[in-house]
Amino acid sequence: MYFQEIILELSKFWAEQGCVILQPHDIEIGAGTMNPATFLRVLGPEPWNAAYVEPSKRPADGRYGDNPNRLQQHYQFQVILKPSPDRVQDLYLQSLQRIGINLQEHDIRFVEDNWESPTLGAWGLGWEVWLDGMEITQFTYFQQCGGFDCKPVSAEITYGLERIASSIQKKESVYDIQWAPKISYGDIHHLTEVEYSIYNFETAATDMLFDLFNMYEKECLHISGRGLVHPAYDYCLKCSHTFNLLEARGAISVTERTSYITRVRHLAHLCAKNYIKTKEEQV
Amino acid sequence: MSKDYLLEIGTEEMPARFIPATLNELGIKAKELFKIEMLTYRGIKTYGTPRRLALQVKGLEGFQKDYQEEIKGPPHRIAYDDSGNPTKAALGFARKQGIDVKDLESVDIDGTTYVYAIHKKKGEPVEKVLPRILPDLIKSLEFAKPMRWGDKETRFVRPIRWIVSVYDSEIIHFTYAGVEAGNLTKGHRFLANKEVEVTNASRYLEILESRKVIVDQDKRRELVWQGIEELASKNKGLVKDDKDLLEEVNYLLEYPTAICGDFDEEYLKLPEEVLVTSMREHQKYFPIYNDEGRMLPKFITVRNGMGDPMGIVRQGNERVLQARLADADFFYSEDLKSSLSSRVNHLKNVVFQEGLGSVFDKCQRLQNMITFISETFDMDRAFMEDARRAAYLCKADLTTNMVIEFPELQGLMGYYYARHSGERESVSRAIKEHYMPRFSEDKLPASDVGKLLSMVDKLDNIIGCFSLGIQPTGSQDPYALRRQALGFCKLILDFNKNLSFEDMWKHSYMEFSDNVELELTWEDVNKPLSEFFHQRVVNVLEDEGYRHDIIQAAMSVGWGDLVDLRKRVKALKEFEKNRSFNVLLTGFNRASNLSQGYRGDEIRKDLLVEDSEKELYNSFIEVDGLTEEMLRTGDYLGALRRIADLSRPIDNFFDDVMIMVKDEKIRNNRLALLKAISSLMSSIGDLSKIMS
Repeated sequence: MYFQEIILELSKFWAEQGCVILQPHDIEIGAGTMNPATFLRVLGPEPWNAAYVEPSKRPADGRYGDNPNRLQQHYQFQVILKPSPDRVQDLYLQSLQRIGINLQEHDIRFVEDNWESPTLGAWGLGWEVWLDGMEITQFTYFQQCGGFDCKPVSAEITYGLERIASSIQKKESVYDIQWAPKISYGDIHHLTEVEYSIYNFETAATDMLFDLFNMYEKECLHISGRGLVHPAYDYCLKCSHTFNLLEARGAISVTERTSYITRVRHLAHLCAKNYIKTKEEQV
Repeated sequence: MSKDYLLEIGTEEMPARFIPATLNELGIKAKELFKIEMLTYRGIKTYGTPRRLALQVKGLEGFQKDYQEEIKGPPHRIAYDDSGNPTKAALGFARKQGIDVKDLESVDIDGTTYVYAIHKKKGEPVEKVLPRILPDLIKSLEFAKPMRWGDKETRFVRPIRWIVSVYDSEIIHFTYAGVEAGNLTKGHRFLANKEVEVTNASRYLEILESRKVIVDQDKRRELVWQGIEELASKNKGLVKDDKDLLEEVNYLLEYPTAICGDFDEEYLKLPEEVLVTSMREHQKYFPIYNDEGRMLPKFITVRNGMGDPMGIVRQGNERVLQARLADADFFYSEDLKSSLSSRVNHLKNVVFQEGLGSVFDKCQRLQNMITFISETFDMDRAFMEDARRAAYLCKADLTTNMVIEFPELQGLMGYYYARHSGERESVSRAIKEHYMPRFSEDKLPASDVGKLLSMVDKLDNIIGCFSLGIQPTGSQDPYALRRQALGFCKLILDFNKNLSFEDMWKHSYMEFSDNVELELTWEDVNKPLSEFFHQRVVNVLEDEGYRHDIIQAAMSVGWGDLVDLRKRVKALKEFEKNRSFNVLLTGFNRASNLSQGYRGDEIRKDLLVEDSEKELYNSFIEVDGLTEEMLRTGDYLGALRRIADLSRPIDNFFDDVMIMVKDEKIRNNRLALLKAISSLMSSIGDLSKIMS
């Protein structure tokens, strides 16, 4: 099964289960969880079921295209189910069958893995799902987000698409994954990996990034003050990515690190708080 | 015919590490509850897999035991008049209790007779009792990390998806977390993923086994291990006993099949610990070895399922391990490109603790502390140089790719890289050993350099935290300061050299305060630190087998020098067995009680009047002289024996001499003598604290 077919099949499967199929957020983010379709929508009481692909950018993980498994950008397929349905594990396993994984022939395990994001003030309990010893999915019951209890609890399923594809296609390197007939993952992404690695590690203008961080932060606070949740949250995301770039660039000392994380968490908390307030006022 | 009861809590996959303790808790709490409810049974067993916690009660009687409820009424003398007729009080009590006044009984309690209403109660049937208590039983299970799910408020370790509750073949109905208890369980998730009826509670194990679930953990563990050993020997290898890994694997599956895979032989050139970590910690694989103990390029994994006829599971796992080892190999060879010492400067960018500078600063402090302690210990120059070098290098491996990837290999990678960089063997070893003891039963470092480095490293961590006001409270000890302080004390005792706690603490504190701004002064830090260490010292001596009261006796006259303290504790322990101990103790208690409040200390020979008084004085002067050297050199048992010689003169003194005489000068002189004697006796320990 080609990489793009995995995306298509998962999208169809979850659409059939009643999820809305969304597109990636239009700002650089580190994980599907940070997309407002997850971060904000898991707050408050309204039901919400959605699925989308999220290109997840982690500048420090780049390896100049040399490492067969590490990338500064990978693709997550994110499903969010609120409240978490009773059959959620069965649904997930059916989705694996849908992309050609035979549950009897493979060894599938749900191994304890508790997820926490200090930057988002979020945590949950769940598993990493192993396919023959390889972690292919993060499965989390959201307990808190932005510092607020999640009521009801959402289930978040995050498929690591490269991992799944290399397992299905039996490839040793992500770059060998067949994206579509006659075109490989490497054809599409090797050059981007090389270029972004050079940019992230060597070229990014740190002075500018420090300035941007401060400007984004200020703007986020400013917009929050006007009660506009989504635009404010976008600036919180920009802060987060800018921080990641600075870190990859080695421009943030370890002492400063904690204070930057605290600053981003503060913004995230503010957005979460405003979101809950706005929703309550709508009622 | 006896009937069994079965409770099965069906869940989504629970964390392996919690299951054994939870099964234990379930059994204990069920027994307590059944006892309170007067339910009788033959035996209770608990079973568990990742997806279920089960309680099987063998031979559960159908009814609670019959019992009496006895309610106390008024005293007999008030309940009946002189002619023995019931009074208003008795009539009222009987009416209130709903029984005939004739049925009141009399019971004698501590000499007074009371009337009692006795209600005979029939035991209720289990069908009525169990539905009442089972929800409480489930609710009472405690988890370190409980969670909520869906729109439920209930918390459990993972979501509850079904409950089986069957007495013999009948359902015992109740609802918990929105799940209605029934008689349907589930088979193996992948091999028999259908509901199946538990037709009888006694057939639980076999019904599940027919659905490919080995629910009895002991049997499953045996199957897992058997599978591993057979496969190892088929591959001409051996597996090492590894109870922890076996236990974890056992609770990650319901039906085991061992599978053997290969990896590239070239990776055997990596340090063995790296291979083991990649396999064991990350993948739960068992490494296998040849009969000379050398690792083979193979691993064993245990899948949750049956067979692997097409080798799909094996190939998948091989691919994962191959990728991990390729990473490790890459990191290792990258790390080897620079010497360990060239990395020390990078530690300036690694924070030790917010507000306490970098790890580089820490290593500077460790070197200074080593100089300080080496001088106190009178260690030779070469030893000190090795220890300082080791301190300089000991954290440099934190910046290596390998330790960033596998943090549990810290210290060990430092050892390999130090050797590769041509450091002296004693330096490399000390780097490897300096995190020991890592847990309470762990060994101390084997080399002296390693011991000293471990000591100063732990001290630095403890003083650093206390300087920030971070101290363990109750069950909270996130930096494991208690364990580190215990290790520190054990190391001092192991060195067996005299050293003042306070000098070390203060010196270590100054190392911080000289370089960073601290809010807490030394006085602020000293007190909590002293309280904290007091308890650790007690613990470490108790661990060595000394009695609590003897430790307290010795510590109450000072515990600032641990090695000296242990000598005194040891002497007291020996001496306490001696027959003269009790005599001495009596004399000591009398002398110290009398002289307690007296402030003066001058003893004038010309004021000694009575013979016994003079005799006691002379004996005291003699013993004081004799023991001075003994106390100074730590011959405490010898000193105690000499001091015991004072028993007889003390006895005579108390028999013959009146102490509280009118003449103030003479009285004070006698008190001063007693005070001097009791203080000599207390130089090793407060004898009055010893419970003979």
